[in-house]
Amino acid sequence: MVPLSYYLALSAILFCLGVAGFIFKQDIITVFISIELMLNGVNLAFVAFSHALRQIDGNIFVFFVMVVAAAEAAVGLAIIIAVVRNRNTLDVDQMTRLRD
Amino acid sequence: MQLTLFLIFAVLAVAGAVNLLVQRHPIYSALSLVTVMFALAVEYLILGAEFIAFIQVIVYAGAIMVLFVFVIMVLNAGEVAPAPKSRVAAWIGLPVLALFAILVIGQVYGAFGATQLGLGEYLVQTGPVGNSLFHDFLLPFEVTSVLFLVGVLGAVVLAARQNKPALAHAQTEAEEPKAMAAGQR
Repeated sequence: MVPLSYYLALSAILFCLGVAGFIFKQDIITVFISIELMLNGVNLAFVAFSHALRQIDGNIFVFFVMVVAAAEAAVGLAIIIAVVRNRNTLDVDQMTRLRD
Repeated sequence: MQLTLFLIFAVLAVAGAVNLLVQRHPIYSALSLVTVMFALAVEYLILGAEFIAFIQVIVYAGAIMVLFVFVIMVLNAGEVAPAPKSRVAAWIGLPVLALFAILVIGQVYGAFGATQLGLGEYLVQTGPVGNSLFHDFLLPFEVTSVLFLVGVLGAVVLAARQNKPALAHAQTEAEEPKAMAAGQR
């Protein structure tokens, strides 16, 4: 038997590490990877509650989160490719202008 | 035994996430995230969510992370030198984040400390998931497919564009648009 709070604690830790990566990392690809880490932390909480409440909805929500994450990864990586082609840098501090 | 399994893979997931933060090269961060995803897939199996566990491995660790690694390779991404002011932000921000995590965990422990989850108590197999997905969640499912279509089109439009410097582009276009179009070929 594992307490539900253990799963939620792991979920919170992963989410906070994702936030830390999102804020502190310098290159744009790692910032994007940190977003995926945050989504994974939230997914774990969904599945744990789905098990605790004996309802399947949590699993379905995780499915939709994954689908949206896949679409987001496709569009986001395309944007990163376009930005890096234009600005020739991966540093988020140097991507300060939306124009050109 | 279930608790042991949970703890092993929880430690693996947290270690992978910390390694993601520590590494400077993006390819190591991406591979650390694959570790986290595999560890979470095992956690899903312990929770009885078979469908989600396998989707996690196939779609997340398989498809999405391959896309990440592919883009890192295409861009030939290297290490980015840390900015001097990010050190100050880390000294202030990391304790605040740790405090936030401790607060959340404390709240969670107070609210759900008594609930125990047993192995195999609630098994979600693919059949019930499909039933729910195509009955109760049919409209979101269809909307999602439209989202995917738009996403694929957007990705192609963004990534396949030939980029010219904006100023030179505007000037040539104003002067002689036909010559510029011919010059592109």
